[in-house]
Amino acid sequence: MWIYEKKLQYPVRIKKPNPKMAAAILSQYGGPDGELAASLRYISQRHHMPIPEAKGMLNDIGTEELAHFEMVGSMVHQLMKGATIDQIKAAGVESWYTDHDRATWPGTGTGVPFTASYIMSKGDPIADLTEDMAAEQKARATYEHLIDLADDPDVIDPLRWLREREVVHFQRFGEILNKLYEWKDSKKYF
Amino acid sequence: MMRPDQKQMLLDKIRAYEFSAAELNLYLDSHPGDQRAINDYNTFVRQIAALKNEYERLYGPLLNFGFGPNANRNQWQWIDDPWPWENN
Repeated sequence: MWIYEKKLQYPVRIKKPNPKMAAAILSQYGGPDGELAASLRYISQRHHMPIPEAKGMLNDIGTEELAHFEMVGSMVHQLMKGATIDQIKAAGVESWYTDHDRATWPGTGTGVPFTASYIMSKGDPIADLTEDMAAEQKARATYEHLIDLADDPDVIDPLRWLREREVVHFQRFGEILNKLYEWKDSKKYF
Repeated sequence: MMRPDQKQMLLDKIRAYEFSAAELNLYLDSHPGDQRAINDYNTFVRQIAALKNEYERLYGPLLNFGFGPNANRNQWQWIDDPWPWENN
């Protein structure tokens, strides 16, 4: 089961509303390379992993991604909270306001809803870990795009931290992929 | 009662220690025989437990569902504001 811990994994303390930045960051909440997709991908794939290292890694990174989902949601919430109608209009996010007021919602800032078609669970451990490594790189690239768009240090700081986690996860998944190849080779001889 | 900035400082300290433990956890998932890392991990576990005890006694529960105490005997503290996503 999962237990909720009443704190963020890394602090998010944004003072200035910025609906345009909220719309950009929303993609890491419910978009194609976002934290929700990451968590659901790993937590689904863990069931068919053949070696303990792979089961543990997918379980644990899938869990950490939920903490990142919470951080990104907090960023979006704090960037929308207190935004005036004029700021929302100037940012061009009237369609967000129409459907959601200032609410956080798992989709992209352009209104595309979250979908399971963003992720795969193939049942083949090597294919799945290869997807997971690509997913971490795509998320890293997305965070770099967001850092390019951001100018508020309160926004850039957690984005840089989240970007760094993608790099670490990529490294750890690479180690697991090597172990899966070893496992596959060992099966050929016994 | 301690000042709010002291609450924040204690929480930041818990966060830092938990982050170190999480990093070691993921590393150990792929290097399960690394005794030095296991030793470091266990050291963090003890430090985190002590810090969380102190935090929960002063400011209320970090964990619910039976994993953290409700120090106040008269009032359910779990729902106290602020929640983690609120910046105030």
